[in-house]
Amino acid sequence: MPLPPRLIVDRAGAGLLDGIQFVGALATFGGRAVRESLRPPYEFREILGHLFQFGYRSAPLLLTSGFAIGMVLSMHTRASLARFGAEAMIPAGLAIALIRETGPLTAALLVSGRVGAGIGAEIGAMKVTEQIDALEATAVDAFKYLAVTRIIALMIAMPLLTIMMDFAGIFGGYVAEAAVSGMSWRLYFERAFSFIAYSDIIPSTLKTVVFGYLIAVVSSYLGFATSRGTEGVGEASTRSVVMASMLVILSNVILVKMIFFFYPPVSG
Amino acid sequence: MNAVRFDHVSKAFGTLKVLDDISFEIPMGQAFCLLGRSGTGKSVALRHIVGLLRPDSGKVFVEERDITELQGRELAEVRKHMGFVFQNAALFDSMSVGENVAFPMRRHTDWSESEIRERATKRLADVGLDKDFDKMPGDLSGGMKKRAGLARAMALDPPILLVDEPSAGLDPITAAEIDELLVKTKQGGTTLVVVTHHIPSARVIGDGFAVLQDGRMLASGTLETLDASDDPVVQAFMRAQGGG
Repeated sequence: MPLPPRLIVDRAGAGLLDGIQFVGALATFGGRAVRESLRPPYEFREILGHLFQFGYRSAPLLLTSGFAIGMVLSMHTRASLARFGAEAMIPAGLAIALIRETGPLTAALLVSGRVGAGIGAEIGAMKVTEQIDALEATAVDAFKYLAVTRIIALMIAMPLLTIMMDFAGIFGGYVAEAAVSGMSWRLYFERAFSFIAYSDIIPSTLKTVVFGYLIAVVSSYLGFATSRGTEGVGEASTRSVVMASMLVILSNVILVKMIFFFYPPVSG
Repeated sequence: MNAVRFDHVSKAFGTLKVLDDISFEIPMGQAFCLLGRSGTGKSVALRHIVGLLRPDSGKVFVEERDITELQGRELAEVRKHMGFVFQNAALFDSMSVGENVAFPMRRHTDWSESEIRERATKRLADVGLDKDFDKMPGDLSGGMKKRAGLARAMALDPPILLVDEPSAGLDPITAAEIDELLVKTKQGGTTLVVVTHHIPSARVIGDGFAVLQDGRMLASGTLETLDASDDPVVQAFMRAQGGG
């Protein structure tokens, strides 16, 4: 039986209010993280530990994915450019696509899956097993110790992982191209970077700092908000991936617009 | 000086009133047992002492400082004077047992690494776990976890120790061992606040007692006072589990 219109409006209204409440709580959480990151103690040891977890341990995933994406992009680019006899542009086209957009966005989405889920599950499990209360009872600021350190670590790790992914992609593109045309690595590398300026590399790489912040903030927030035992932990983990991926994709639109505002694309 | 004082504390979660105008005081060096059936607000009261929960009304004093007014570093300073043994131990599962005990020392002292290791091993030896320094919490039995939790709570020799259900989920022999450890801790001059529904344990550990029922304090005083109480609920409770 269809729901009466009034009930539909009620439910939609309640959903909207929940959404607004979630965004408000998330913004407060993120703002508090920024404030707390500026106050001592700075927890360098914890940050380094997380940097190892998020950066070093994510490297194989990003290198492999970058390599595969580079190969596939190269094959597609060749198929398109060959129609116009512009095969010589393949390295440059691939490098621009990877460095400007594909590398940063794909890296952020992969990290959302691997690290975001991990943060949500880890903090969520600590919440339901009273380990967060135990930290507080030991006179340790759990928010700073668990959330702020992870947020800073991921903000540092993201651009480094993105640069690795970009280079893995360019190398993958070279392997695909060399297999078809026998192009040398030196020539490929020269052509790839012939059209690349600092304004292509720096803003698009630095925007991943924002991605790192968003992924870690949303995952930490959902971890801290976990309730209902192991089921809640699973939910926090899944929601972390979904919310972090969505925030990355949506924020990317704003960040690209901002980059184009400060570095207008050259035409003609 | 009182170690802990509750002054007309009330707390509700939604419409459920968990603590209703509770007042009591615990002198320094005494072992105080909060008794009552499950779900009567005992653990909630304990969490108020360490500032994990704040009352809706009333005040909680720890060493005569109003903990309900404290935030940030001031709150942390008061918390350093307390150790908390959680019902399920709440050991940090990413650290070894020894690292759990060393954690408060690392955070709040400038002791050298070798000194921390030595002191953590000594703390574990006090609870009979010195050979388990490198084990992970997941490898321990329930009783061992509780003992490790006690070692962590006592890492900095706090003057006040809060213990949530020390006997819960343990066999009688292990429960008696934990009781013995708590008595030893009390004899060392530590103030104990123990939440329990296990009357035999309370009789061994406690100097002062309070019985909670539906968030209200039914009775308080010494063991003799409670044993002589006319209140049928207190009577039933004190005579339960071989208690009287």
